[in-house]
Amino acid sequence: MSALRATDLTLPGRLTGVDLTLRPGEVTAIVGPNGAGKSSLLACLAGLLAPAAGAVTCGGEALAALPPRERARRIGYLPQTPEIAWDVTVETLVSLGRLPWQGAARHPARTTPAEDAAAVDRALVAMDLSALRHRPVSHLSGGERARALSARVLAGEPAWLLADEPLASLDLAHAAALVALLRAQAGEGRGVVLVLHDLAMAMNRADRVVVLERGRIVADGPPEQALEAALVSRVWQVQACWWGGPGTRALALGQP
Amino acid sequence: MTRLNLTLIAALLVAVPLSLLAGRVWIDPFHPALPNATLIVLGLRLPRAVLAVTLGAGLGAAGAAMQGYLRNPLADPGLFGIAPAAALGAVLSFWLGLAAQAWALPLFALVGSGGAMALLGLIAGRSDSGVALFTLAGMMIASLAGALMSLVISLAPNAFAQSEIVTWLMGALTDRGWAEVRLALPLTLAGIVLLRLAGPGLDALVLGEATARSLGLDPRRLQALLIGGVGLTVGAGVAVAGIIGFVGLVVPHLVRPLTDRRPSRLIVPAALAGGLLLLLADSLCRLVPLVTELRLGIALSLIGAPFFLWLLLRLRRRGVRDGGLG
Repeated sequence: MSALRATDLTLPGRLTGVDLTLRPGEVTAIVGPNGAGKSSLLACLAGLLAPAAGAVTCGGEALAALPPRERARRIGYLPQTPEIAWDVTVETLVSLGRLPWQGAARHPARTTPAEDAAAVDRALVAMDLSALRHRPVSHLSGGERARALSARVLAGEPAWLLADEPLASLDLAHAAALVALLRAQAGEGRGVVLVLHDLAMAMNRADRVVVLERGRIVADGPPEQALEAALVSRVWQVQACWWGGPGTRALALGQP
Repeated sequence: MTRLNLTLIAALLVAVPLSLLAGRVWIDPFHPALPNATLIVLGLRLPRAVLAVTLGAGLGAAGAAMQGYLRNPLADPGLFGIAPAAALGAVLSFWLGLAAQAWALPLFALVGSGGAMALLGLIAGRSDSGVALFTLAGMMIASLAGALMSLVISLAPNAFAQSEIVTWLMGALTDRGWAEVRLALPLTLAGIVLLRLAGPGLDALVLGEATARSLGLDPRRLQALLIGGVGLTVGAGVAVAGIIGFVGLVVPHLVRPLTDRRPSRLIVPAALAGGLLLLLADSLCRLVPLVTELRLGIALSLIGAPFFLWLLLRLRRRGVRDGGLG
């Protein structure tokens, strides 16, 4: 599977000369203070926002040159504030993830209804939603709804999963469960890119952390290195220190 | 073919023959003693029934597509300004004294709807216009066409012409024949096909504009399909019958709970149910004992307005987004 690469990405007022190569099989967390450009970067990587300068390529091909459906088959995107306009069932919601595969009748990438149904089943199983498949989304808890929306992205079986603050409305247990499920997807070879506000989650669960500050990358590497306490203190303008050992670190504010 | 569609087709197969028998003059199918029974059925009532089903189907499908596009259960086909623009064209034909020519009124109405479609197309094609901008543009066209229509009515050469225009605007299928069917049927069918093609794009919009684009939605293609689909169905309807409201608003609500609520799955059932509703409403108009026949547009508004109020109350209780409607 091929890399997702941003080269000299610039959006006036939001991103400045961002160079980033994302690798499949990894969970990459993009972190930074409010207004650092995290969501803009993710939207550019998903091909939804055209940069003023620079380019994003997937497998060496410019995203901007790919037909919309082809781009959608490669990159799944979960927005920060997902909306669901109608009270569809979980199964129907998840099946919307198959839309990129249901194009023109003779298109080589077009899948059969049986293949679509199988992909929806796999996504429901992966997100532990099989028992809820016939439930209307208005009857779901916040955690169940977040899992259903993630399953919608999984159902498209894209090579890349891009999610903007997928843990924002989840309690601790549901957030941990969702991250574990996304890690399992990375284990299967997908590239997973998450915009996160929870630095401890990024420290403990990501393979790689990219820190943005005012539209520029100021740190990029393994979590222990990228989220070093001094850098966190400087970028977030708080006194912070890490407690605990690898995999179970907690962020404390104030002097150690 | 889903069970819902089959049921609606079966209901139409029952309703159409019944509507041929109903009217001021009832016809007994087993003892057609009336000397002109064949003429009444084949020359008057059959084209009227076909026209009612055709126009209702167009309005139902257009309403379903509009609600899907705007992700709003209160949307109706009039929002794009195509119906007012078509009505403006028709009113101009009255003002110019051409309405007596059989070809003039439908032609002017179709030119009006074509003009609105072209304007919308220009807006959709010129910028990466989102749903809000596109819809606002449609509402501006509707407002402009409405103002121009009022101006034309106020400048009508005499009171008789004014009365003629106002009566026509109320919408009716009275005295419509095969000529109107030949005009409206192909246009409406073509429009419904375009709306059906817009289905996958409307499904993607269930999840909002950003997610829809991430699912491969091409917004301009979707807008083009909607302009064509709504333009043809609504334009054809106004050209042959005047303004008929509420079908496009009410029918998707009636049908939505019977589907899985994907907008694409609503287009065909809404078309069938729209045809059925307009056929029943038109049959009722023929049966109401008034001095003159009740205008179809008035009858539908009489049914539709209380429904709309009920809908608003239900929205207040449940919330548009959370509970979903219907």
